[in-house]
Amino acid sequence: MTAVVHHDPGSSARQRDRLARILLYALLVIGAVMALLPMVWMVSASLMPSGEASTYPPHFFPSRVTLDHYVDLFTRLNLGRYLLNSAFVAFVVTASSLAINSMAGYAFAKMRFRGRDRLFRTLSTGLVLPVQVAMLPLFLLLKNLGLINTYWGVIIPGLASIFGIFLVRQYALAIPDEMLDAARVDGASEFRIFWSIVVPGIVPILATLAIWTFLATWNDFMWPLIVLSDESRYTLPVALANLAGEHVQDTELMMAGSVITVVPVMLVFLFLQRYYIQGVMAGSVKG
Amino acid sequence: MTAARLRIPAEANSAAWFFLAPALVLIGIFFFLPVAAAMLLSLTDFDLYGIASPLNTRFVGFQNYSRLLRTPDFWLALRNTFYFAFVGGPLTISVSLAAALLLSSKLVRFKSVFRTIYFTPFVTTLVAVAIVWRYLYHTRYGFFNYALSFVGIDPIDWLGDPAWAMPAIILMAVWKSFGYNMLIFIAGLQAIPEELYDAASIDGAGPFRRFFNITLPMLSPTLVFVTVITMIGYFQLFAEPYVMTQGGPLRSTTSVVLLMYEEGFRWWRMGYAAAIAFVLFIVILLATLVQFRLQKERA
Repeated sequence: MTAVVHHDPGSSARQRDRLARILLYALLVIGAVMALLPMVWMVSASLMPSGEASTYPPHFFPSRVTLDHYVDLFTRLNLGRYLLNSAFVAFVVTASSLAINSMAGYAFAKMRFRGRDRLFRTLSTGLVLPVQVAMLPLFLLLKNLGLINTYWGVIIPGLASIFGIFLVRQYALAIPDEMLDAARVDGASEFRIFWSIVVPGIVPILATLAIWTFLATWNDFMWPLIVLSDESRYTLPVALANLAGEHVQDTELMMAGSVITVVPVMLVFLFLQRYYIQGVMAGSVKG
Repeated sequence: MTAARLRIPAEANSAAWFFLAPALVLIGIFFFLPVAAAMLLSLTDFDLYGIASPLNTRFVGFQNYSRLLRTPDFWLALRNTFYFAFVGGPLTISVSLAAALLLSSKLVRFKSVFRTIYFTPFVTTLVAVAIVWRYLYHTRYGFFNYALSFVGIDPIDWLGDPAWAMPAIILMAVWKSFGYNMLIFIAGLQAIPEELYDAASIDGAGPFRRFFNITLPMLSPTLVFVTVITMIGYFQLFAEPYVMTQGGPLRSTTSVVLLMYEEGFRWWRMGYAAAIAFVLFIVILLATLVQFRLQKERA
């Protein structure tokens, strides 16, 4: 320790660090507030008595908390039905996507067959094709199959996905060949090998795939909007967009509807974040 | 080669097809087949009468495309989509990069908390948040105009003024999607070797020079990937204008996909709509190729 503290070069550096740290936190907090504000206001406005969200100056917090709008949504406006529709569609698509994409992804990663790499390349060209290009003929195809305005019309295009196959393949590449070959020598069937060796080994990526598929299906808007014409079959986003047209003035009611739509996906995300983020990273590696 | 390995191919071939068949059949029938059919559809005058009976459909060559090019609404939709993608895209990427840099600083703690908060808007349902933002943009009661009133700015008719509607949609899109790119940038930043920064610091390079001479060049593959993904997504703009503005005011927010939806699924001019979809595909393909080419040239 020296007596000439003010000459210590570490001291001014420390001070600069402190200033930088304060600045960084200030920016981060401002960013966090902006990221959260719309969602917080949504929840807050959904609890306000009718009309309070349309006052000037705007209220941020309800003067009196009420659950009227939620009750209204479930009793008068049938929101429970839409919630079930959304859940059903999202669960079926997720389950099927897990089974079908994991099988195909594993086959592309670990099985030896003729034309494998060429087939995989062809499949990957599909990733640059915007889905909207397929929508018009797909609609006509499903119409001929009698599937327009049914849940299956919404579900079928999501049963398998190129992205899902990619995700699984990439992960399954790391499974050691020796392990699979040893099982083959022991006389295990290919399906047995898949079920008792491959699947346990790729559980983390299956979790990622499940969450991505579930959230994407739950949030999807355009395709269900096209396929479903009968109100009783609407998924939440379609029903919500429809309600928003009819109840433009009912701000608080619309906010309650938005909360119910968003909360399930937020919960899934918050609890299974790790797996979801893994999907973002896996997606970026492939580029 | 072991005996086991030699034995595999013949059996594996049929087993592999068993594993692949469900995915290939589904993706083939419900994706690749429709894409190919869209090409054919765009060369016909398929419309409401065609839905009644396919016999009412005629082959019209490239008439749909030539009609598109003569339709002002199509050019407007293309312009709006470009506006959204070329202003919103870079803006989103800049915000993402800024957030990633903040979160990569060694001085900051609670990183995972901030990261989760910033990422949250990305997982929310687009339709729901579009409705929320529609109220935030309300001319009289919305928070945006209330906040602006503190700095003495008169109320803006965000969604009712053709000049402001697209900027309003862009602002929401930035808020909704920057978190995704941010995560990818954070991963990219972590991959940059620490020694580069240390060496630069010893040479007396300040934070700005370090950013432009080390961070940006090292990040450029990530940057290309993020740009491609963001642009592809943004060219497909649909739900935001559908929910917030119905493509208005004065069609100032009608995007290519919204136009395709209206022509195809509201007016059932499906041949014409298929041509619009193909133009979208070509635009996306060109934009992607250009970005990869730029990346190669710089490398």
